[in-house]
Amino acid sequence: MIVAKRKPFDEIDNMLKGYKKVLNVGCGTCVALCLAGGEKEVEILNSEIDMARKLAGDPITIEGITIERQCDREYLEALDSKVEEYQAILSMACGVGVQFLAERFPQIPVFPAVDTSGLSANQAVGWYEERCRACSSCVLGLTGGICPVTMCAKGLYNGPCGGTNQGSCEIDKNQPCAWYMIYERLSNQGRLDNILAITPPMDWQNQVPRTLIQPGYKKPEDVS
Amino acid sequence: MKSGSNLEKVLTAGHFALTGELGPPRGTSAEDVKKKASHLKGMVDAVNITDNQTAMVRMASWAASLLIMEEGLEPNYQMVCRDRNRLAMQADILGAYALGIRNMLCLSGDHQKFGDHPTAKGVFDIDSMQLIGMVKKMRDENKFLSGADLEESPKMFIGAAANPFAEPFEWRVHRLAKKIHAGVDFIQTQCIYNMDKFRKWISQANDMGLTEKVYILAGVTPMKSVGMARYMKNNVPGMDVPDEIINRLRGAGKGKIAAEGIKIACEQIEEFKQMKGVAGVHLMAIEWEHKVPEIAEQAKMLPRPQL
Repeated sequence: MIVAKRKPFDEIDNMLKGYKKVLNVGCGTCVALCLAGGEKEVEILNSEIDMARKLAGDPITIEGITIERQCDREYLEALDSKVEEYQAILSMACGVGVQFLAERFPQIPVFPAVDTSGLSANQAVGWYEERCRACSSCVLGLTGGICPVTMCAKGLYNGPCGGTNQGSCEIDKNQPCAWYMIYERLSNQGRLDNILAITPPMDWQNQVPRTLIQPGYKKPEDVS
Repeated sequence: MKSGSNLEKVLTAGHFALTGELGPPRGTSAEDVKKKASHLKGMVDAVNITDNQTAMVRMASWAASLLIMEEGLEPNYQMVCRDRNRLAMQADILGAYALGIRNMLCLSGDHQKFGDHPTAKGVFDIDSMQLIGMVKKMRDENKFLSGADLEESPKMFIGAAANPFAEPFEWRVHRLAKKIHAGVDFIQTQCIYNMDKFRKWISQANDMGLTEKVYILAGVTPMKSVGMARYMKNNVPGMDVPDEIINRLRGAGKGKIAAEGIKIACEQIEEFKQMKGVAGVHLMAIEWEHKVPEIAEQAKMLPRPQL
């Protein structure tokens, strides 16, 4: 899932300076699961903002609503009749949600309340580890199901480099070396041939905004 | 001859090569480069010019390479994948060749986290393996990486690094084989302190026939102090410093540790001269360039062949 981390309070407070009536929109899917921007987090953040502004002698009206997904028009519709009464919108969704919200309500400033930080797996409650950089050219079949783009600090395609340190990455003893793991796994599976051959330079696909249209579908002429 | 560089001539003529290393300054002083170079003149066959080493910003490697050429030394122009994408790399290779640079060392580069701009965006558009292949393609096929034609190819003598010590050890000789397959002409190894492990690695390389396809220069860095040895052991990733080295330095006694470090290095060089599969030594006297004449002399590596 997409994971995110709430921004430091001061940064959020600073973005909302000058606005007296703000709607904080939570997102009920990925960011709710990773405890960053669901209904509960909207409530907590709103109380913090409310209290801080009262203390600063600059009270604010801040209200909250959490919709199922901010990256889906179907759910954004619920906001259409609401937003006009607010001077600004705070979004606790990932970067996709924030942009989709801003696109739908171009006349109102939309501010992000979280930093989107990756496509991650849930290791335990509150503990998420990045596993994918969405590069559009998956090599996991070659690398034993371990992503070198995400897990190798240098994103090497022909590792391990000389910096691997008894199975750790050179950047941090607590960070396992992706290529060490790839080597071990392929070795155990008898598939080292995969990495004996040189992997040629990547044709990077993620250097322009990517649009995905599945087979059998097409882009509607008008997507209002 | 692939490049006609002095280093290539020395190696193909069968001489035991000696290369040195020079780190460009963190500033604009050409004098600083020239002063360091003056210690190396006549002592080594080529000098590695590091590229933002340890991810600290320094004078550009090509620029310092030109400065030492003015002093009559031959550079081994280092290029890391951390700071440039394939466009910038190819442009720099063309420019470096146009200005007379004939040797290149292709490296991944230390992670930017170690340096003075730890939050910089690391490029790593291609990796060191792919960089080797790119330079070879430019040199031998007159093609850019994209496949487009290039006019007057850069005839570089292509080098790369090898670390015989990093885990998994069994993989290391295969990584060497990959670099040879990618097109490398010579290899300079990580600083060697664990001679047992190095002997094992080179004998694997001999058994696989790799040392007939590539010139291997054994990396030697004399220890200046016990502190340096400890630092290298504990803080430099991929470095293997056995305790016996540290104990030997400590045992040398006050005021004699640096001399002991040099003595160890010279003993290593003696062994490398005899070792099957080793074609030379890469002497990295880190911030100790002025000691190179003494070390080269003591290791009986002088005079250098004039070809």
